[in-house]
Amino acid sequence: MTIIYEETGAEGGPEIPQQRVTIRVNGRKVIAEVEPRLLLAHLLRHGMGLTGTHTGCDTTNCGACTVLVDGRAVKSCTMFAVQAEGREVTTVEGLATQSELHPLQEGFKEEHGLQCGFCTPGMMMAAKALLDRNPDPTEEDIRWGLSGNLCRCTGYQNIVKSVLWAAEKLRSQSAG
Amino acid sequence: MIPAPFSYQRAGSVEEALDLVTEHGDEAKFLAGGHSLLPLMKLRLATPEVLIDLGRVPGLSYIEDRGGHVAIGALTRHREVETSGLLVRELPLLAHAAGQVGDPQVRHRGTIGGSLAHGDPASDLPAVILALDATLVARGPSGEREIAAGDFFQSLFETALAPDELLTEIRVPKPATAGWGFQKFTKRGIDWAIVGVAVQGHSVGLVNMGPAPLRAGATEEALAGGAGPREAAALAAEGTSPPGDNNGSPGYREHLARVLVRRALEQATAGP
Repeated sequence: MTIIYEETGAEGGPEIPQQRVTIRVNGRKVIAEVEPRLLLAHLLRHGMGLTGTHTGCDTTNCGACTVLVDGRAVKSCTMFAVQAEGREVTTVEGLATQSELHPLQEGFKEEHGLQCGFCTPGMMMAAKALLDRNPDPTEEDIRWGLSGNLCRCTGYQNIVKSVLWAAEKLRSQSAG
Repeated sequence: MIPAPFSYQRAGSVEEALDLVTEHGDEAKFLAGGHSLLPLMKLRLATPEVLIDLGRVPGLSYIEDRGGHVAIGALTRHREVETSGLLVRELPLLAHAAGQVGDPQVRHRGTIGGSLAHGDPASDLPAVILALDATLVARGPSGEREIAAGDFFQSLFETALAPDELLTEIRVPKPATAGWGFQKFTKRGIDWAIVGVAVQGHSVGLVNMGPAPLRAGATEEALAGGAGPREAAALAAEGTSPPGDNNGSPGYREHLARVLVRRALEQATAGP
């Protein structure tokens, strides 16, 4: 993995401090030399090319940048990459296998849970965190679970249906 | 938005965190969950030269029954406070209010100590801590001291903490009167309170009604004198100086305070 910084031109200027971080991303161990101010969202997107994590508002509101850190949904625009040292990060790219979509991805497809798709990765990761701890959520549980994620196509109705669809499929899988 | 550059230090213990802040002085800021500090750094309203990350400091995340009070480690995340069986049973106001902070993602990162040490009058938890008469424990180079919640919040983003002190624990007495109420008026579920109210018994804390988190003193006095919720709530805005912004004028906030204090008092009287 390579991160390229712009030549500042300041001969003998202050050195850019670097910090080594070791993170497991979607099961893969990654070592990066980063500026401490680098946001986790930017490490994922620009450093690793995992552009499924979107940056929307960049102000901790919209939730498009939601990823799982040690299984918990967090907004990766509001976390420094260095804070993720030693953590397990899961992005939307970590949901599907080579041959199969994750039930959440299937659910969004089946129930038309997206229009433009910008909010979708964040919605799915917040939903994954919710379903991991509550496999049988009510509609209200889902609405509260997704309250940190904004959709500007006003697709909430179908997003909730998508998560219900996925919950049912996951339950039937674990029962089978 | 990219924060200004800073030097990053990871503290492995409270002692190390205190050594680092002594070394770097005013240039340094503590980083806990980062959900107050990072947004400010991204806007470059905060430009600390040194960040001391407390994320790896062990032993500061706990919720313990200590008989007369519950002790909460400063690094305990909102999610833990929200879902703690002990707090739901003994201090339901605090557990409920923690579940109203931001959204799930914010509650997964933000910490009770970080929220209180930030000293933002628009935050929910300072008003709760005031209404519950909590005691805050700080550690500095000269040892540990206790600060009453009423003395802790001094002005906008200003607390009684010295720059070289670290908030380590919040001690919340188990309330003598069971009734509690919490009201938060927002445009959207995840927003900051335009005005908020926390009630425990006859204690009333106000969110976003002045430069510092404060109590509704006139309402509390009226309640102590035997006034009913409606009568006492009419005095809720006395002695406050609420801000005016896009969400509401000071006058509108005063109106909200009267309405929300009445609702919170009625909620406290009616029981859960």
